Amino acid sequence: MNTRGLRSQLKDSVPVTGMGPQVGAYGVQDTLRSGFSSVKNELLPSHALELSEKNFQLNQDKMNFSNLRNIQGLHAPLKLQMEYRAARQIQRLPFLQSSHLALDTLKGNDESISFEDILNDPAQSEMMGEPHIMVEYKLGMM
Amino acid sequence: MALSNVLEIPTSGFNFENVARNVALEGLLEGGQTKTPKPMKTGTTIAGLVCKEGVVLGADTRATSGEVVADKMCAKIHYISPNIYCCGAGTAADTEKTTDLLSSNLTIFSMNSGRNPRVVMAVNILQDMLFRYRGQIGASLILGGVDCNGNHLYTVGPYGSIDNVPYLAMGSGDLAALGILEDRFKPNMEMEEAKELVRDAIHSGIMSDLGSGNNIDICVITKQGVDYIRPYQESEYKDKRQKRYKYGPGTTSILTEKIVPLELEVVQETVQRMDTA
Repeated sequence: MNTRGLRSQLKDSVPVTGMGPQVGAYGVQDTLRSGFSSVKNELLPSHALELSEKNFQLNQDKMNFSNLRNIQGLHAPLKLQMEYRAARQIQRLPFLQSSHLALDTLKGNDESISFEDILNDPAQSEMMGEPHIMVEYKLGMM
Repeated sequence: MALSNVLEIPTSGFNFENVARNVALEGLLEGGQTKTPKPMKTGTTIAGLVCKEGVVLGADTRATSGEVVADKMCAKIHYISPNIYCCGAGTAADTEKTTDLLSSNLTIFSMNSGRNPRVVMAVNILQDMLFRYRGQIGASLILGGVDCNGNHLYTVGPYGSIDNVPYLAMGSGDLAALGILEDRFKPNMEMEEAKELVRDAIHSGIMSDLGSGNNIDICVITKQGVDYIRPYQESEYKDKRQKRYKYGPGTTSILTEKIVPLELEVVQETVQRMDTA
């Protein structure tokens, strides 16, 4: 199973839904799936917090890891990131809801409650993605 | 319903899908027909001070929505932990939710460590949360509590600024309340004197500010425990209803009555033993 396709690598680093141009094959706007494009809509996020919230967790992690590297040396963030990668792979198929229990425990999310746990819980999402397309996207075949 | 354009599971947390719609709506409604609904603000007077035996917090009980009083008996002093209470001014929903989240986080912490949380912990968690959302969460809070390090009173602004002070007032009536506090505050006051001072401060806020009114709540936190007096003082301007609006039995006359008996017969009976050991 080819999970190391270029598309899936890009997705793992910044998991984002709906932001950015919907590119299809050949790097052109995918009109069939996402409709006509409008440059104005895609240039800037409309809300002041949208961009900062999208990258918040990522920036926190980067900051913590670089602090750790400065204090304890390279081995500390390296070991932690290895554990994170291992834990992140424990999940169900892309269209099913996975609990991310190991990942949450590692990150310390099991001991705190924030808006991510209350609002917009994916388990209660009213939309479901088409399973075949989601799996193809994950594998980088699309 | 399976949608073919959803390529990944939506992330949890705040959802900004409707921002474009709201901006468009605001432009449409600008013609003067209708305005977007205003969120309920607490438009408030809250005050707190540190005395010899603990911390005294006070608040009024009016919540406004635009120019209408939305709630006459709103509870603005929120429970955070057994030794920490928090007064909230600003948007009512924001203060409510933020203090709820804070309380849950501190409960998890006390269950993990077996201790009562310290006031600085609460303040730091709040500060991180409010700064992360760049002031979009409109909550100005006064946190007061007693812990192993003494009696503390902190203020947290909506953008994440904090301040550690012996006496404090926030909200739309804060200038009036602060005047009273500045005049009569002394360090290490007695409990009764402190309660009277907070009451007077809130009272002046109620008198001088349109957004504050109705009753006064007082919360006294000491090492021994918490005394949440609600209401400490009721407003003199309570309205007396002239008539009762409940209809007594017999107000409506019965014209006809028809009874249809529903006959049920037992078809099947199963007994399942419950294991109560």
